[in-house]
Amino acid sequence: MADDDAIRCDACPVLCYIKPGRAGACDRYANDNGELIRIDPHVVLDRAVSRGDSVVPFLERKEWDGNIVSSPDIFVTAIGAGTTYPDYKPAPFIISSSVQGVDMVTVVTEGIFSYCGVKLKIDTDRYLGPETNLVRAQGEPVGHVTTSEYGSQMLSLGGVRHLTGGSRREGTVTCETLLNLCDRKPVELAIDEGATIVVEAGRPPVVDGVREERMRVGCGSATIGMFAKQWHGKVDEVVVVDDHITGVLSEHQAGKLLGIPETGIEMKGRRSTPGRYFRVAEPGTAWGGTNIEDPLSILKEFDPKIAWPKLRLLMVSTTGEHYAYFELDDSLRPVEKELPVTLTESVARIKENCEPALSTVMFMAGAGGSLRAGVTENPVRLTHSVRDALTRVTCGGAPVYVWPGGGITFMVDVTRMPDRAFGYVPTPALVAPIEFTLKLEDYAALGGYMDHVRPLASILGGEDRRHLSSNPKNPWPLSDAKSPRPAK
Amino acid sequence: MRERAQITLLPDGHRLHLHDGPIDLIIEAFGAALAVNIAHSAAATRFATLLDELCSELPLLRQPAQPGGQQPAGVVAKRMFAAVAPYCEQTFITPMAAVAGAVAEEVLASMTSAANLSRAYVNNGGDIALHLAPGENFIVGMVERPDRPSLVGKVDLTYTQPVRGIATSGWRGRSFSLGIADAVTVLADRAAAADAAATIIANAVDLPGHPSVTRVPARDLAPDSDLGDRLVTQDIGNLFPDEIAAALNAGVEVAEFLLSAGLIRAAAVHLLGETRIVGANIISEQPVVRSEGSGSLMHA
Repeated sequence: MADDDAIRCDACPVLCYIKPGRAGACDRYANDNGELIRIDPHVVLDRAVSRGDSVVPFLERKEWDGNIVSSPDIFVTAIGAGTTYPDYKPAPFIISSSVQGVDMVTVVTEGIFSYCGVKLKIDTDRYLGPETNLVRAQGEPVGHVTTSEYGSQMLSLGGVRHLTGGSRREGTVTCETLLNLCDRKPVELAIDEGATIVVEAGRPPVVDGVREERMRVGCGSATIGMFAKQWHGKVDEVVVVDDHITGVLSEHQAGKLLGIPETGIEMKGRRSTPGRYFRVAEPGTAWGGTNIEDPLSILKEFDPKIAWPKLRLLMVSTTGEHYAYFELDDSLRPVEKELPVTLTESVARIKENCEPALSTVMFMAGAGGSLRAGVTENPVRLTHSVRDALTRVTCGGAPVYVWPGGGITFMVDVTRMPDRAFGYVPTPALVAPIEFTLKLEDYAALGGYMDHVRPLASILGGEDRRHLSSNPKNPWPLSDAKSPRPAK
Repeated sequence: MRERAQITLLPDGHRLHLHDGPIDLIIEAFGAALAVNIAHSAAATRFATLLDELCSELPLLRQPAQPGGQQPAGVVAKRMFAAVAPYCEQTFITPMAAVAGAVAEEVLASMTSAANLSRAYVNNGGDIALHLAPGENFIVGMVERPDRPSLVGKVDLTYTQPVRGIATSGWRGRSFSLGIADAVTVLADRAAAADAAATIIANAVDLPGHPSVTRVPARDLAPDSDLGDRLVTQDIGNLFPDEIAAALNAGVEVAEFLLSAGLIRAAAVHLLGETRIVGANIISEQPVVRSEGSGSLMHA
């Protein structure tokens, strides 16, 4: 079967060998001079369809197919547009349309991004693994743990080092992982010396087999501050267990101000300021993002000079998911009792104030390089034009945040993009749509390929167009192109 | 990198598009709303694993079928084998010749066994499996060239007729052909049988060695083609009317033999604007007016 110039397509299990200039059995993937390219039907976002409900998603999948309507409110995305090689050739589609009397032009291309990756925000207080440790997919390193953010753990995946700097398999697995995440599919990741997680854009993360329900309401100390008044009089002592800062009501400034007396409680861990403790336990996936299953294990014995029998103690985690109520017996040892009705409300309120935990996938890539040459003969002018807010950048019609500084490095929330917006080439590198929209006169001024501009109508109606309704959350890509708004 | 099977309700709200790798099915079910929903779900469930099942046996399915040879394990693969079995002693054929029809048949079977439907079809790129309840009928439009669809004839299929499968083969279609027919459309009792027969008849419509016909070893186009080094038609130049007639006659002769053997119910053979019908009592040659939105009109 070995054929020197044929390439093996691994888009589906048929695994076609495809000769240069030919497509595989599906007619969707082809060999373009040794590169596997996708020749999917070209996606056209249709604004009108979002108003008429002529499309019905099946099996809860929000993707549509077929030619629906033609309307002036149409934006041509770069999904399936293909790209041109070499780079100096004009982009495959340079589309003009008239928006409120102003001639607009959208340069539509699919970028092949070696410099790309995803930033994952995982809403959880559970411990995922040490900062800077490797994140693996199918055993291959695909990224690393980066800084924690408030209530969330951040992972940085992909990037040129994993895509092309390691072994062939590392690159392939990285590419597949990024593609699946960007396609909003669930992906399992294992962190060295840490947890195994399943993440899917817009869905709760699963940490070591446990689905994360909610973010913590705040750190343990903040929780004391928020709820001290509601506990006052109903309980003598409250410990809010948290991997970061565990709070103790009677010692905390909030408790002092309410006149809550000392209880003789003795905490393990390192005291930061009164009522605030670091490291009461090791990080983990149990109580408040620690490894403790038994909350009493973070307490030392009560000081017999201060504590008293029948002292009431509530221990609760920062999400309200874990809680226990104790009373001290005559020898000042805590004995677990049923949570009194007077306290159930405060525990429920902690829970209620926690937001749903989600996984967020931001695709990040740099379009500052040769891709620009498909837009204009003078590539740096495109960068300037984006910088000067004359040109709006969108990714499959979705708004992007363009980083300040040099180049066109952007981030986009993949949940705002149409389905199946991404592809890949076996380099390996990701293929992502990118559109540049600007006024026709501005396009001429920056040295655009004016003789390649074609009217919108000329590309509609073809059978290889996929019409989608636009995402109502997104600003319409063609409206007010002078003030591109970053993604909110 | 494996993409999941994609299943989409088309904008008309009735037809379902199922896509996985090289398979694209358009299906439609008729009946009570609940039955239609159940049928759609059954089709989607069956479809999810179908391509993987086939691919697990792909090397065997690409080998020429042999009488008494190794049997495949998969249900769809067995349908393919059964469909090509009547031909494999006389001529070269691989089970892949019936893959499209067999897939259509399998998905249709999953729907009709799950729900009580008045009518249903599974259209796999022109190879169609049909279901008809008593008293129901389908009107099927036929095209002359798959790459340039315009209707040249129609077939009114009723419950009392045995036809439940339609398939089209020809060198202008998606698969390679050893012959020169633009399209051969076959009506048979089952879709897989129609698919295999259409391949056999399209291969027979031929002018061996004719200088106007450009042929290329299949392997030069697709290294893993089941046709190996066999020459497949890539282009046809001008042919004289008597040459066209000779090629058509060769195909018609095979089609008539298959009809008499009970393997097919009818066939329409198209070459460069000429058409021959075998089993004319089923197929009417009058062009039909294309009626948009008619649920019972399909392109074979």
